[in-house]
Amino acid sequence: MMEEYFNKLDLLKEKIDRYKALGSSTGVDKELEKVRKEVIELYQKYRNKLSRWDRVILARYPNRPYTLDFVKAIFSDWVELHGDRFFADDPAIVAGIAKFKNRSVAIIGHQKGSNTKERVYRNFGQPRPEGYRKAVRIMQLAEKFNLPLITFIDTPGAYPGIGAEERGQAEAIARSLEVMALLRTPIVVVVTGEGGSGGALALSLGDKIFMLENAIYSVISPEGCAAILWRTQDKKEEAAENLHLTSYDLKKLGIIDDIIPEPPGGAHMYPEEVFLSVEKYIDKSLRELCEKRIETLIQQRGDRFRSIKFYKE
Amino acid sequence: MSWFERFRKQRKPTKKEGSLTIPEGLWKKCPECRETFYRKELEENLYVCLSCNYHFPINVETRLSYLLDNYKELSAGIYPIDPLRFKDTKSYKERLREYQRKTGKPDAAVLVHGQMFDIEVICIILDYSFMGGSMGAVVGEKVTRGAEISLAMRVPFIAVSASGGARMQEGVISLMQMAKISCAIAKLKKAALPYISILTHPTTGGVTASFAMQGDILIAEPGALIGFAGPRVIQQTIKQELPEGFQKSEFLLEHGFLDIVVERSKLKDTIYTILTHLFKQDPPKC
Ligand SMILES: [Zn+2]
Repeated sequence: MMEEYFNKLDLLKEKIDRYKALGSSTGVDKELEKVRKEVIELYQKYRNKLSRWDRVILARYPNRPYTLDFVKAIFSDWVELHGDRFFADDPAIVAGIAKFKNRSVAIIGHQKGSNTKERVYRNFGQPRPEGYRKAVRIMQLAEKFNLPLITFIDTPGAYPGIGAEERGQAEAIARSLEVMALLRTPIVVVVTGEGGSGGALALSLGDKIFMLENAIYSVISPEGCAAILWRTQDKKEEAAENLHLTSYDLKKLGIIDDIIPEPPGGAHMYPEEVFLSVEKYIDKSLRELCEKRIETLIQQRGDRFRSIKFYKE
Repeated sequence: MSWFERFRKQRKPTKKEGSLTIPEGLWKKCPECRETFYRKELEENLYVCLSCNYHFPINVETRLSYLLDNYKELSAGIYPIDPLRFKDTKSYKERLREYQRKTGKPDAAVLVHGQMFDIEVICIILDYSFMGGSMGAVVGEKVTRGAEISLAMRVPFIAVSASGGARMQEGVISLMQMAKISCAIAKLKKAALPYISILTHPTTGGVTASFAMQGDILIAEPGALIGFAGPRVIQQTIKQELPEGFQKSEFLLEHGFLDIVVERSKLKDTIYTILTHLFKQDPPKC
């Protein structure tokens, strides 16, 4: 049933892209308006039927905007910086400096690819230790030069490979967490797609944490969870239900600050609207965070995670 | 070889035969070299295989008796809940009850305040026999408190890990423990109180990717499996055989991710010596 929904959305998206390619004119705008009505109608029919697994599908949607799309749309004067200074540059994490409104900021994010070739090059957004070490380097650069840090989270997880283990995947993640814990600059985190386990958390220890409406954040992928606990990946939908991995779940659990709403159908249908919303949330957060004394900020950053208590005593 | 001989050779002993020759509790078989020992004999050797040096996983009390001269448990009354009402083939609640009955413990970590010779320490021990030492809200809270109490009392912190990683049944809450612990450890380290992390067989996943790798000093027992991803996951991903000794303590030492690999019998003395070097030193006067 939901497959039908996604297929219909795909067709409408194709229509939107075709019209947009024609350039703006009264005729085109009118047609786009008509398509939008169809999208909204379709969305309203299905929105309450979206299961947690459907959110997983949306979070991984192939033409969903990725970190560099956000960077291009929201920031200016972007300079990408490469390499961990130890071993290599990891294309699965991008990092650099840019202007946000009138302020210079540092940006770090996971990067997936938008076509097969780029997906392979970016290792499907699965970082190796070099990626996290590059990230730490940019975090410390941000601290040194008074740049607020913004991170974009979208990864299936840190890469499980021989080289990654040899070069200390666990140590790289552990260090990133430790550095973020006391980093003397405001940190805003936006989970845009897949918040995949430790590989996502490693860049997410921030002062403000937002999730796009259809993003997910989980300790393990539903497939991995199903394979271990049910001994079959066929139970991925049931695993997703149990894992409580949607933005609504995380808001309810008090782990994130807010959900950034997506346009009807999802971020990939009208990316420019998502860029605008994300920009608004970053702007509001930076205004608020930059007002605080740095000691207060770091204290509150620790307190926020300290207050996650789900036990009885 | 006749088919019958071949059949006889391949035939695995039945459960009954096994239980006849190896009565449960009296003997213990080494999973590494397959040799069998008297439990008493092994116990005297600190549960280290007499023929291949395999370090058997040991329970928390045994571990504590090897490390500390005396201790008092802290925060013993923290119990896990089932915040997500997680249910796979069994409910999380049911699983918890089973492990609590089996181990007599509320969850997979024990926090103590104790004495190592003349040095007071805070020590957290993970219990692999409780759901594979997995880290949920209780383990996360106890490790965090351990770091906080160390800081408040101004004494060293020692963590002994053995864990399969985050506890899936607590979903993203278990993941957040890594962030919570990291904040506490970072503060402890900034205050220059020594934090010694001991990695034992096996330590993987979110525990390795947080406090187990955040020690000022990283020590492992010989032959311990230590990694981020487990070997099975890696094998399924890359579809290749893994190299000999991959993710073992000695492999990590060779690649620069451990300070020392130390035999169980020398662990306490080594930690103590390190603490005498690091703890309460006056600033150098030059
Ligand atoms: Zn042996």
